[in-house]
Amino acid sequence: MAKEYETVIGLEVHVELATKTKIFCGCSTAFGGSPNSHTCPVCTGMPGSLPVLNKQVVEYAAAVGLATNCTITQNCKFDRKNYFYPDNPQNYQISQLYLPICRNGHVDIELEDGTTKQIRIHEIHMEEDAGKLVHDEWDDVSYVDYNRSGVPLIEIVSEPDMRSAEEVIAYLDKLRLIIQYLGASDCKLQEGSMRADVNLSVREAGSEAFGTRTETKNLNSFSAIARAIEAEKNRQIDLIESGEAVVQETRRWDDNKEYSYAMRSKEDAQDYRYFPDPDLVPVHISDAWLEEIRSRQPEFKTEKMARYKEEFGIPDYDIGILTDSKKLADLFEATTAICSQPKKVSNWLMGETMRILKEKEMEPEDITFSPENLAKLIGLVEAGTINGSVAKEIFEKIFDEDINPEQYVEEHGLKQVNDEGALRATIEEVIAANPQSVEDYRNGKEKAIGFLVGQTMKAMKGKANPGMVNQILKELL
Amino acid sequence: MSLLELTAVELAKEIKAGKTTAVEAMKAVLEQIEKTEETYHCYITIDKEKAMQAAKEAQEKIEAGTLTGPLAGVPVAIKDNLCTKGVVTTCASKILENFVPQYDAEAVVKLQEAGAVMIGKTNMDEFAMGSTTETSAYGVTKNPRNPEHVPGGSSGGSAAAVAADECFFALGSDTGGSIRQPASYCGVVGMKPTYGTVSRYGLVAYGSSLDQIGPLCKDVTDCATIMEVIASHDLKDSTSVERKDTDFTSALVDDVKGMRIGIPKDYFGEGLDPDVKASVLNAVEVLKAKGAIVEEFDLSLVEYAIPTYYTIAAAEASSNLERFDGVKYGYRAKDYEGLHNMYKKTRSEGFGPEVKRRIMLGSFVLSSGYYDAYYLKALRVKALIKKAFDEAFAKYDVIIGPAAPTTAPKLGSSLSDPIKMYLSDIYTISVNLAGLPGMTVPCGTDKNGLPVGMQLIGNCFEEKKLIQTAYTYEQSRKEN
Repeated sequence: MAKEYETVIGLEVHVELATKTKIFCGCSTAFGGSPNSHTCPVCTGMPGSLPVLNKQVVEYAAAVGLATNCTITQNCKFDRKNYFYPDNPQNYQISQLYLPICRNGHVDIELEDGTTKQIRIHEIHMEEDAGKLVHDEWDDVSYVDYNRSGVPLIEIVSEPDMRSAEEVIAYLDKLRLIIQYLGASDCKLQEGSMRADVNLSVREAGSEAFGTRTETKNLNSFSAIARAIEAEKNRQIDLIESGEAVVQETRRWDDNKEYSYAMRSKEDAQDYRYFPDPDLVPVHISDAWLEEIRSRQPEFKTEKMARYKEEFGIPDYDIGILTDSKKLADLFEATTAICSQPKKVSNWLMGETMRILKEKEMEPEDITFSPENLAKLIGLVEAGTINGSVAKEIFEKIFDEDINPEQYVEEHGLKQVNDEGALRATIEEVIAANPQSVEDYRNGKEKAIGFLVGQTMKAMKGKANPGMVNQILKELL
Repeated sequence: MSLLELTAVELAKEIKAGKTTAVEAMKAVLEQIEKTEETYHCYITIDKEKAMQAAKEAQEKIEAGTLTGPLAGVPVAIKDNLCTKGVVTTCASKILENFVPQYDAEAVVKLQEAGAVMIGKTNMDEFAMGSTTETSAYGVTKNPRNPEHVPGGSSGGSAAAVAADECFFALGSDTGGSIRQPASYCGVVGMKPTYGTVSRYGLVAYGSSLDQIGPLCKDVTDCATIMEVIASHDLKDSTSVERKDTDFTSALVDDVKGMRIGIPKDYFGEGLDPDVKASVLNAVEVLKAKGAIVEEFDLSLVEYAIPTYYTIAAAEASSNLERFDGVKYGYRAKDYEGLHNMYKKTRSEGFGPEVKRRIMLGSFVLSSGYYDAYYLKALRVKALIKKAFDEAFAKYDVIIGPAAPTTAPKLGSSLSDPIKMYLSDIYTISVNLAGLPGMTVPCGTDKNGLPVGMQLIGNCFEEKKLIQTAYTYEQSRKEN
């Protein structure tokens, strides 16, 4: 009989913080920019340069710690992690080992079977990102771009509390939501502003001891994480079943080949010679400062859901989706505040907005249109100034360019035709031109009316009031 | 009287009074350099044209009344581990042979604001690691008091330049005695301020938690004046301290009545040259005669200072010097295969033996399995040393002892025995470990005519007591 195995997973999650400037100098963290245009003596490791801590990094890290029930280390320190690589200009990374800013936290994740599970957080620490190597395509040389060097990161280290890909994804999604709500990062796996390394081991079901773990890197989407977990679990079980040992090592996932390969084993592991960075003084987070950070914590998903139910009376399903993104929730609240039509706003966000996002492979965080223009669009429909299909067309314009719909309707003559005389004249023409459909309808083919409505709308360039068209058609037939 | 005999402050006054000019002063210094530099080799880099041009510009500003600082027009020499914009900064190492900073060290900026004019960059031990200025990749500096002897180190070039009148004053850096010991060997005044008083921005780091920039100069008045200029709270240096008591010249008072002076017995025991001992104790007698209360005491822990210092300084240095890798600036080996080999060859060829020794020592004490036994233990001893000083300063205003166990050794006699060289730092390094201010003033000569320096040690932020005591002593010497 085959043995049963349990998978044990812990995560190391790196999150790039949304500060305007780098962690130890005043250089911009903006993406893009020609190579080395966002650099100075500090982030390029020039002799004699010194780091100065960006306070915003401490505030973001502490805010994430508070939201994940961590204890905040009110006297924390930075340490140097020494290793040579050209993307690391000082050949040491400033990080935290001995006294990280947050420890002993947890988050609760909701699973598909309706249960919740607590995932413990070992620590959260602050550190600097490295630069980027650019390898010449033709020549055997590499160049270094230090624009990313010194961009602030936090690393969230969980305890080995997860048992499946589902739990891992639920945990990551929970972290993403919390951090996005805090505005501490946009948390995009694809773009690397959130990166997860998976520590995984397997053990016989019922065993208390941990197996030998591996760390898998280069996971750029939730689906890649799920595939990598499945593959690594199976690889380890196969090794054990065939009597071989799992080697403690770091592996790199190739999502195209759906295969991971070993990068380095524990034996090759470098000695980072960590020690407290003498250039930085200990960070003292006073009670008052901590209280200030605490008082600025936003309303998170759970509280928001309860409030929406009470305040807006929209369905639970809508609430779930709207609050799953800070951006959507903010947009919902701002638009509703203008037009006082929560259900209508929700319909636009859940329907057309989500449809276009999916079509364009965008995230809600990428939305650029304003609540004002969505509110105006809803107002135009409610007033009967435009019909539903015209509204959908205009919405696409709003989504892309944030146009003012009132002005647009005016300029393009898109007002709905409610003039019964004009409608009747057009419908009479349509009836005359389509005797077959008229015949079909009269013979009991109800559906034929749809064709005639369509022809009328077409003749009136979509601006006809659809309710009136239906009514007049039925009357004339 | 030659211009060169003037102190920095005297020269500035003469220039201000129109009796001479910044250009004349620079000319005099450059002529002196022409005469003696070949023998002493105080400098690594001198750009005469640039120096003359800068002197001319300073003079114009002085005449226009826009430059009125206390050092306006005074030629200064800068230790070559302080970054100077557009001027090669080598740290006396091959690995930085072609490094031209895009920025000035903050202390250099402060001097420029006060109107001082840079002559050039002085020789030193490579990356400030050494006690003789013999580990420089650019040749040794000789002691102007006797060219067969070393000037001390690591700020040997700066001390020698002051002693040889090749400048009016100089900046040095002090991690374990690198200002106070060469000042003692060359017979000049030198001060290492309280840690955090002078910004370290632009000082190429050796032991970051111990490094401080300070002056080497002709007398105590110059020392206080320069200190007043270079002390600053700099937001670019996280370890910089905001002080409101940097009016150091206010302590130029000829009076030590009631000043409590502690003489640590541990500083006068075995290994101390009898001539040095006699000179320092004589100086103490002078202060006593002027009304100071002198008392012997046990400082304790002195013997642990050296291993503690070499553990902490080497650990920090091993990390600080990692950035010199041939990737971004400085020397890169000519032939190499791949990245790892490039690193290895560049650093093997670029660093000298003393620097390599300390990188290896530092890497070892930080390595996994040894960190607790060496580095952490050293940090604990450092805290105990600080405590011992705290207890002493509860009783005394100033602690006085020698700056070094001997006068300047002969050239070539130190490097063969590094342990012996390390032991010669015994009186200076605990001051860095405790972050205290320390000062050296000349107090006589040995039987061979080599200068002896007296070291004054104060509590944190009490440079003024050192200045007042040293000034009083200096006045009594002038009287005699």
